[in-house]
Amino acid sequence: MSPVAVTAVAPLAQSGPVIPNFGRGDDCIRNNGKFCLHWFLDNFDERFLPRVGEHLKMTAIAVVLGFVIAFAAALVAHRHARFKLPFANVASLFYTIPSIAFFVPITGLTLTTAEIGLIGYTLLILVRNTVTGLDGVPEEVREAARGMGFKPMHQLLRIDLPLAVPAIIAGLRVATVTTISLATIAAFITPLGLGAPIFNAIQSGANTEFVGASLLAIALALVADMAIVLLQRAVTPWARARRPST
Amino acid sequence: MSDLVNFYGDNSGLLLEKTLAHLGIGAIAIAVALLLALPLGVVLGHRHAGAFLAINTSNVFRALPSLALIAISLALFGLSLLNVEIALVALAIPPILTNSYTAVDGVDPDAVEAARGMGMTDRQVLTRVELPLAWPLIFAGIRTAAVYVVATAPLAAIAGGGGLGDIILNQPTYRLAGVIGATIVVVVLAFAVDGLLGRVQRAVTPRGLRPARQLQTLVPAGTDTAVAAEAAASAEKV
Repeated sequence: MSPVAVTAVAPLAQSGPVIPNFGRGDDCIRNNGKFCLHWFLDNFDERFLPRVGEHLKMTAIAVVLGFVIAFAAALVAHRHARFKLPFANVASLFYTIPSIAFFVPITGLTLTTAEIGLIGYTLLILVRNTVTGLDGVPEEVREAARGMGFKPMHQLLRIDLPLAVPAIIAGLRVATVTTISLATIAAFITPLGLGAPIFNAIQSGANTEFVGASLLAIALALVADMAIVLLQRAVTPWARARRPST
Repeated sequence: MSDLVNFYGDNSGLLLEKTLAHLGIGAIAIAVALLLALPLGVVLGHRHAGAFLAINTSNVFRALPSLALIAISLALFGLSLLNVEIALVALAIPPILTNSYTAVDGVDPDAVEAARGMGMTDRQVLTRVELPLAWPLIFAGIRTAAVYVVATAPLAAIAGGGGLGDIILNQPTYRLAGVIGATIVVVVLAFAVDGLLGRVQRAVTPRGLRPARQLQTLVPAGTDTAVAAEAAASAEKV
């Protein structure tokens, strides 16, 4: 009985308003609700948007550099079959190493360390898919190209690569999605990207912050996945044109 | 370097305990993923239907960042093993589902027709012809999933723990030597699981299929075939 009396009396002793201002989702954030939309939206520009930008930048660097390396390696492997096995083994070695091991700060707590890990991860997927795509060109098609007088370089550019595009883009798709996913873990060593609020907020227990960042990371991965599917449709119009006739 | 040796010397009991916990967490995830994905993939492959469902389910699961999944389920369920298992199961489903679908779907139609011609029932066709022929590729998917799970399980430490991640993510207590030491154990574990399952894979492959292509036996066949299957599937779908 007495605690009730005390709490009932206490507000009277204060000069401020008796009923606190619960507007703008304050109640939710004060009780550390699972996900406070108001707070998320209010802080979006300041807390989340820069992280999304960093995340995209980290992903783009890794996928672009990974693709350049993998593409060069795949062309060499395509031309000289004896390189195929060593390349495949090195790439799969990278992939078997646990993600978190890549981010052990041996080369310092920098973006470079994170990027090395991310690029390593993209290599296997991109090398394998590019080689698979180039090797998948039917022998009859190659023979026809040679019969039409295509030089090797010409044949690579005009025949092999266009036919390998679906496989290459499928690899790009898996690589991009995987990189977005892994880039959250990269925040373990350098506070960049959407992983940073996740790691920070898990420690401080601020639900909305890490749930919001997680939802953004998931959305980013799904949107990127869909964007690449659309890209694939755009760059391989023949794949669609052929469908009705078959 | 000597720090590292000291770490192993001083903490061998702890490392053993964490390694066993790590394998336990991974085993649960693989078992659940198998229960969910294997029957679905096999049935869809057997019926040659639902490619869209199988491939797109895999793609969506593959897109989900593990850390984000752990964080969200942390908010929903609090600190528990459940968080980690949700994230690890999501990680293990795509290779198992894609491979089991692609493998059963891709069984030589002539073999299936011959089996039907011999008077086999639908069930017999599945268990005596399709599954044995598809098994190497299915197992390759399970192997990939197992390596992913072992490699990602250290994140478990964020959400309630167990496993080697407790050491890797706790640098203040175990110092850099401990972090690197435990990481090396995870790497060795991933390779060991890959190698071991590779042997099992070869052992369960029907004798007639054994002289497999050289390349596939030397790289982790799972990643290779899963990616190739992915390439083929999405090229076909679009």
